Amino acid sequence: MIAREHVHLKSPGASRFALAPIKKWLLIGTALGFLGIFILIPLIAVFTEALKKGIELYFAAITEPDALSAIKLTLITAAIAVPLNTIFGVIAAWGIAKFNFKGKNILITLIDIPFAVSPVIAGLVFVLLYGSNGVLGPFIEANNLKIIFSVPGIVLATTFVTFPFVVRELIPIMQEQGTEEEQAAITLGASGWQMFFRVTLPNIKWGLLYGVILCNARAMGEFGAVSVVSGHIRGLTNTLPLHVEILYNEYNFTASFAVASLLALLALLTLVFKSFLEWKTKK
Amino acid sequence: MVKQSKRRRVLPGFGLSMGYTVIYLSLIVLIPIAVLFLKATTISLAEFWETITDERVVASYKLTFYTSFVAAMVNVLFGTLIAWVLVRYDFVGKRFVDALVDLPFALPTAVAGIALTAIYAPNGWIGQYFEAAGVKIAYTQYGIMIALTFIGLPFVVRSVQPVLQELDQQYEEAAATLGANSAQIFFKIIFPAIFPAVLTGFGLAFARALGEYGSVVFISGNMPMKTEIVPLLIITKLEQYNYGGAAAIAAVMLVISFLLLFLINFWQWRTARKHQVT
Repeated sequence: MIAREHVHLKSPGASRFALAPIKKWLLIGTALGFLGIFILIPLIAVFTEALKKGIELYFAAITEPDALSAIKLTLITAAIAVPLNTIFGVIAAWGIAKFNFKGKNILITLIDIPFAVSPVIAGLVFVLLYGSNGVLGPFIEANNLKIIFSVPGIVLATTFVTFPFVVRELIPIMQEQGTEEEQAAITLGASGWQMFFRVTLPNIKWGLLYGVILCNARAMGEFGAVSVVSGHIRGLTNTLPLHVEILYNEYNFTASFAVASLLALLALLTLVFKSFLEWKTKK
Repeated sequence: MVKQSKRRRVLPGFGLSMGYTVIYLSLIVLIPIAVLFLKATTISLAEFWETITDERVVASYKLTFYTSFVAAMVNVLFGTLIAWVLVRYDFVGKRFVDALVDLPFALPTAVAGIALTAIYAPNGWIGQYFEAAGVKIAYTQYGIMIALTFIGLPFVVRSVQPVLQELDQQYEEAAATLGANSAQIFFKIIFPAIFPAVLTGFGLAFARALGEYGSVVFISGNMPMKTEIVPLLIITKLEQYNYGGAAAIAAVMLVISFLLLFLINFWQWRTARKHQVT
């Protein structure tokens, strides 16, 4: 009994496996070695390659007009796609998490489709729909619209690939919270919107923010889908990831990595924010 | 049960929510996907068959499946180990390591692609040592596997980690008291408990790898018959204005992806249900 107590008093790491410190450090070493080689080194490589030829060239690469227009287009795209999917995410999660209905699992699986589809295929479907040879091609040309090889196509493809992020984050959170608080609000005479803004939204705000951040990271970084629909017109339909590719294929490696480092910084920022939110919700 | 579902109707907004969900889902996802299948049927069946059984297409299907499978297996092995280390051990910098696991989710694939290529190229940080030993990594199948391992790792770790966290260590202690060695404890107690999560992680990593494009195109070398993955082949067809061909190859991939998605969701749903019962 005393011995048992003793084991439990120690930190969670003090299971019987910790009694073999060699094995423990071997496992930790292997895990960290793998992460170091596969994840940390690529991250370091981005910044080293970017700064290889000095800080002046670095800033020149990220402030030249084509780079600036790529930054602008990336921001515009995310500014449209992320709010669209956020609004959808909240509305859809409400219906799915708070009500019982037949076919719920099918609906969730349909919402998951963009996660399962290759980004290239995500781009392809919009080319087949809105391209000049596409199903709606004649209609679009007759009305002098341009979707493929233009900004609307980029926004559509980005919206497709980031579609499930917010809703999939919210469903489990809303399910877990149940419906009692909302029912109480309604019974006490609150309107639907009052209930939503005073009860539901405060309860899901951190989870919602979490989903939005992940959605945004993907929206700004999407490559495959956007590459298919953009047409790679420099200064016009180039997002940041596409600009990285163009510079790379021109053997302009330093500039390519410099622009890539901006995206890597965005990824690091996303991770910091994500860890912060995880810490916040655990508290 | 009946009472509960009646009470739930007190809440407003179900009709609005479902209406909006179905319309938005149809406009952004379902109709575009349906158009792809429609386009694949505009070519004759013989043509369809000829397209998807073309030597070059079959070679790229094989390559894509083979490299995705190897990468997902590597991730199962190391992803489970990383999850184990993160849950059971304390060490300096654990929070940093935990956050770092998600980097492949957050880092744009094109950035990962050029970084991995720079590292594994014949004159790269790691590539030069392999080059000296006569092994090429970048621009071969190995390069593709490395890129796919990179992007798939978080799926396995994040699937297994929560299950390990909830696993009651009492059973392990009991087994140890009864004289089981650590291999027996792992295979008889821990592994059966985490197996559903490991399988889910494998499925997610594998499905993601099948469709991956950005991280692979830079490191793969893109040689037809040798290092040309399916998504790249679809783009090639598209650049040749062969829309029917692109749609046909994509339709086959989509059907496979949907099957995987369905299997994974069914599997997760079943595991969750089993947990609720016990």
